[in-house]
Amino acid sequence: MARFNAELGVILKRYPEDRKAAAMIPALRLGQEIFGWLSPAVQLLCAERLGTSPARAEEVATFYVMLETHPHGRHVVELCTSIGCSLSGAHRMFQALKQKLGVENGGTTADGRVTFREVECLGSCGTAPAMLVDEDMHERLTLEKVEKILGGLK
Amino acid sequence: MSETLILSQRWGKKDSHTLASYRADGGYRSLEKALGMDPPAIVNEVKVSNLRGRGGAGFATGLKWSFLPKDIRPRYLCINADESEPGTFKDRYIIAHDPHMLIEGIAIACYANDIHLAYVYIRGEFKKQAQILHDAIQEAYAAGILGPKVMGRDFSLDLHVHRGAGAYICGEESALMESLEGKKGYPRLKPPFPAVVGLWGKPTIINNVETLANVPWIVEHGGAAFAALGTGKSGGTRLFCVSGHVVRPGVYEKPVHYNLKKLIMEDCGGVVGGRKVKAVIPGGSSAPVLAAHEIDVSMEFDALKAVGTMAGSGGVIVMDESTCLVRALSRISMFYAEESCGQCTPCREGTSWMEGIIHRIEHGEASAADVDRLEQLTGNIMGNTICALGDAAAMPVQSFLKKFKPEFLAHVEGRGCPFGDHAWGLTQESREAVVGEMRV
Repeated sequence: MARFNAELGVILKRYPEDRKAAAMIPALRLGQEIFGWLSPAVQLLCAERLGTSPARAEEVATFYVMLETHPHGRHVVELCTSIGCSLSGAHRMFQALKQKLGVENGGTTADGRVTFREVECLGSCGTAPAMLVDEDMHERLTLEKVEKILGGLK
Repeated sequence: MSETLILSQRWGKKDSHTLASYRADGGYRSLEKALGMDPPAIVNEVKVSNLRGRGGAGFATGLKWSFLPKDIRPRYLCINADESEPGTFKDRYIIAHDPHMLIEGIAIACYANDIHLAYVYIRGEFKKQAQILHDAIQEAYAAGILGPKVMGRDFSLDLHVHRGAGAYICGEESALMESLEGKKGYPRLKPPFPAVVGLWGKPTIINNVETLANVPWIVEHGGAAFAALGTGKSGGTRLFCVSGHVVRPGVYEKPVHYNLKKLIMEDCGGVVGGRKVKAVIPGGSSAPVLAAHEIDVSMEFDALKAVGTMAGSGGVIVMDESTCLVRALSRISMFYAEESCGQCTPCREGTSWMEGIIHRIEHGEASAADVDRLEQLTGNIMGNTICALGDAAAMPVQSFLKKFKPEFLAHVEGRGCPFGDHAWGLTQESREAVVGEMRV
């Protein structure tokens, strides 16, 4: 909690004193980073710190795809299957990875290691296919490359 | 004559993202010059330059700046780095390779418009780029380029990075402001326009990253020189993003009126394996598609408008002759169904209906009447929503149907996809052979 308060203090300096609610996305992101996912308690914490209603925190937490309102695996792997990546082979990769991990789209492996899902355009169409692993971008993917990355996740 | 590069000249240079490197190449001299000018004179230079917004709409930047009401303060600047239109990937390279050029453009724009607080709204997925920009901003503060006295003058400016969290709609300017205010990204009804009632109810300018990165060059060389690089009502160069089945995908800086076919066949090396082009989307996935025989055309805003499509965000998506266009449209429609914010019924319901019908056509589960229904549906979405996402979802569908209807009917009649497992054209193997060649 000390870390949350300290880092939120730094974030709040970027917004006018009377506009603290503007920090809702960064506050939720920080909460997610520290507490793992945005449980109702974490949403409430953010709302209180920013002087706004819990409904506002929930509205934001549930609207943006990078904000997680449910528990997930230790790692989140998000493969782009949008038009640019699919034209470059991402559709096959998606099928192959589902099979390899033994999960459906959005599912978590039995050992809780990886949550896997397809996502919309990551803005990497020139270096497709692309994916995010715990928010870090990996580009120019091949199946071998992906398998290596997945193998390195503990 | 060698081509003038305004935006990508320093890309690939060692440490090009640092202040020292930018300064060594003459960086921040334009800001110095601007601070000695009358603010209205800067706005005028931008008007003369014929700089048009690079985010998608192509609105005249100088004109946009002049819409701010004279007597209301504070005013804000929001820099749109939400780059999320499928096929678009240029702003991220400006930020990664030359963040100080963007910061300089922002500082000049703020000085010209009496703005003292600005935010770069960057999409959440660009974590690395957000960090690079944040670090560059800190460097600029430490060097007195930002802060209470910009370059020692009596002008204060604060600039911050605000990272989004995954929502295409936040690239729409009013949704961007809603998001920046700490809400979900629901677009606002216009009017009032952001120039009058914007962020926190105050006059606000929203400009794309690439748009502002041009401003230092315009101040240094003059608006007329920038206008002379382009044609008609569009000045300067543009970053064109080419993706899909070309040999060398990547970002190419070319004059705004560069020829689309030349870009694909010469600069990008044509289609992989020597196959033929089948269709090209010229300005991001929302832009109406062009058939192969239509691509010998200037990419300037008005020129592409004249042939029934749009220059949009500069995202050129190339599909070769082996691509199933029903499959391609199906995936594009899935994007809009996924990204519709849900505020307006025609878009919320319509995007999912379109996706569903196209999916059924692709899998041989639709009738010819469904194809007609799909066409009719697009007409019920167009123009009936608060923001342009509804139109953006309907335009690809209308254009694919208009230009490639026999392919849709073939799916209906043949009860399935004639392309089978190879609907995406290029195979994984042949793609792997070319991925190493990207220019940037």
